[in-house]
Amino acid sequence: MADGSIQPPSDNPYATHSSSLDFRPAGGPRHGAWCAMDALTLHRLHFGFTVTYHYLFPQITMGLALLIFILKTKALRGTEAANWAVRFWTKIFGVVFVMGVITGIPLEFQFGTNWSRFSEFSGGIIGQTLAMEGVFAFFLESSFLYLLLFGENAIGQRGHWLASLALFVGTWLSGFFIVCTNAWMQHPVGYAAQAARPLKLDSLAALLTNPWVVPQYLHTMMGTTITASFVVASIGAFYSLRGVHTAVVRSFVPVAIVVGFVASVLAAFPIGDWHAKMVYRHQPVTFAAMEGHFHTGDGAGLVLIGQPDLEKMRLDNPVVIPRLLSFLTHARWNARIAGLSEFPQDLWPTNIPILYYSYHIMAGLGTFFIGIMLLSALYLVCGRLYDQRWLLWILMCSLPFPFIANTAGWMTAEFGRQPWVIYNLMRTADGYSDHVSPGNAAFTLLGFAGMYVFISILFLFLMFRIIEEGPRSETAPETRLRSTAEGDV
Amino acid sequence: MWDGNEVWLLASGGAIVLAFPTLYAISFSGFYLPLMMVLWLLMGRALGIEMRHCITDRLWNQFWDVIFAISSFLLALFLGVALGNVVRGVSLSADGKFFAPLWTDFRVGELTGILDWYTILVGLAAVAALTYHAALWLQWRSGPRVQQRVSQAIPLLFVLLLILWIGTIAASISVQPILTENFRARPWGAVFPIGSFLAIFASLSLHRRQRAGAAFKTSALSLYVMICGAAAGLYPYVLPARNPQWGLTIARVASSPESMTLALLWWIPGMVLVGIYTYFVYGKILPTRLSLPHEEH
Repeated sequence: MADGSIQPPSDNPYATHSSSLDFRPAGGPRHGAWCAMDALTLHRLHFGFTVTYHYLFPQITMGLALLIFILKTKALRGTEAANWAVRFWTKIFGVVFVMGVITGIPLEFQFGTNWSRFSEFSGGIIGQTLAMEGVFAFFLESSFLYLLLFGENAIGQRGHWLASLALFVGTWLSGFFIVCTNAWMQHPVGYAAQAARPLKLDSLAALLTNPWVVPQYLHTMMGTTITASFVVASIGAFYSLRGVHTAVVRSFVPVAIVVGFVASVLAAFPIGDWHAKMVYRHQPVTFAAMEGHFHTGDGAGLVLIGQPDLEKMRLDNPVVIPRLLSFLTHARWNARIAGLSEFPQDLWPTNIPILYYSYHIMAGLGTFFIGIMLLSALYLVCGRLYDQRWLLWILMCSLPFPFIANTAGWMTAEFGRQPWVIYNLMRTADGYSDHVSPGNAAFTLLGFAGMYVFISILFLFLMFRIIEEGPRSETAPETRLRSTAEGDV
Repeated sequence: MWDGNEVWLLASGGAIVLAFPTLYAISFSGFYLPLMMVLWLLMGRALGIEMRHCITDRLWNQFWDVIFAISSFLLALFLGVALGNVVRGVSLSADGKFFAPLWTDFRVGELTGILDWYTILVGLAAVAALTYHAALWLQWRSGPRVQQRVSQAIPLLFVLLLILWIGTIAASISVQPILTENFRARPWGAVFPIGSFLAIFASLSLHRRQRAGAAFKTSALSLYVMICGAAAGLYPYVLPARNPQWGLTIARVASSPESMTLALLWWIPGMVLVGIYTYFVYGKILPTRLSLPHEEH
């Protein structure tokens, strides 16, 4: 070309798109597209990615601690098979716990590294609950996990039971302080009334008894119990289908199914219902977006399926149960519910489709969990569960779904809070570290992505080994130590 | 028990957010890149310890030993580099922010990077101090074979530490004028560098007299005194700036007295509680009634 610039051939059908290959910042609207991954998006993605990955692990351990405690209680009454189950699941707990700790440390750092304006503004408050988690929960968890893993002979059966109780209390306290932190961001309370910068804490009691905490905490804990129940039931189903470890499997599968059934029912009603009403009362615009409710009206229907179309402000391909949303929210079939169009656009959640889908995926899967666990519980009560190969197959293959449901649930909470990082107090766009450039944020995001791929492979490899070995082949905790010692020579 | 250490790290991280939210926000975002690398190194260390024992296989063990060794070495170096950055001061702007690149021109100038000749020197001094400290620990707690090999290395490590330590003090005084000013205003501050020297010499002499436990504890004392010395030398600054007027003082970064009063109400009883059961689990139950074969080498 005469002017030396690269020109697409005129007969190229894609010529009209060739501007996307031109990375020179040319000003105007193209410039906006050129740096589409702006700093805010990258910092959000950074935290979103690391926190989502982290939460795959605590959602197992918190629920599993409850199941281990119940199994240990069962074992005290003399069934040795239950003791083998305790040892097996404690071993799995140990590996998952390590993953939780390793992936949890970056989160505490990232409040400062990526969200410095947020943490400077609110550190005096969220620092309380974060530090409480360390002081009251982590030490308890790590000390008693150690006892549970290696101390069975040293402390006796009663002591071992106490250790499992302490582990259960520790993990659930840990969850409480984290949910407390999040609940404060969803519904800030207890800070000094004047718009002080940074915020000052006025009342510790208000922070810990935030009305938002109770439903959110219980809902989260039911979520983790469902995950753990499905993990335990699924591996039990796997052993049953193979016809191995029969006695041990039959001691832990019933616990998982009964607990899983109760938890999936409670998660939906009354807790989920209560939580949804809390969102409706304090974040009505979030509620409208999550339910796909565009226009204010009397007798609103409950959307089961449909794709939100924000340009036309309507739902495509809707499947709706008439009037049910009004009934669920107000206990009146004709109650009025505010739609999205009622609110100014700058208060709308920033990504309504994702919010809508996350919420519907969570709720849909939640319904599926109730069905599966109910069916399994019925067969269990009749004593025919272990003959139903089709049901065992379903249980085994259900393993990923609670993880998806829990993740979707948290995405509902976090996308629902947007555009605020602290609801009505600080916008997300004002909270990230504006002096950390997008290039640096992208670099560390990629670094974490690589690290987590590596960790995932290791984790799955170890899990498969432990599951392949099964609960019986390892005779006692001492065996592990002995084999380790040989490895050192 | 590596997770015990990381639990302490998490707990103290939470305490920093609570007590010094401004310092936490400014320094964590300013030291963005090195902190992220510290996170990756912490993961490497944790994986190294945890994975090593999962499979009994020569190659597997060697792989994780190397990962563990590299991560640990770099972490020790980074700890020193971090301390060096704090002592030297960073390029804080008038609005109290900075973003440190990994390096600029390796000189201690106005626009600083994480790595320059001074911070690398402090990093090496930290590696030497921690290696010497670890060698004394091995003398105290390991078996005869390891003890014999470590014993030969201790005098060499000691000389290395001494040279780097003197060099670091001299360099610190030359790059950070606050240290000299503070010494003029409060000459008793000299007790820290002198104390740490005495402690290092004492640890070597205790080691010579076969008192390994006391030698290790004295070396730990010398590390504490060094850190306290750095803090006292910079007081009232917690993060000095290259442009002196913009440095962060402790009063500027502390949390509000209201928040701190409330925090101490639960923090003190909470830590007492932790102390009690940690003492029982690790101090009473485990060592007396449970022996771990692999610790007897």
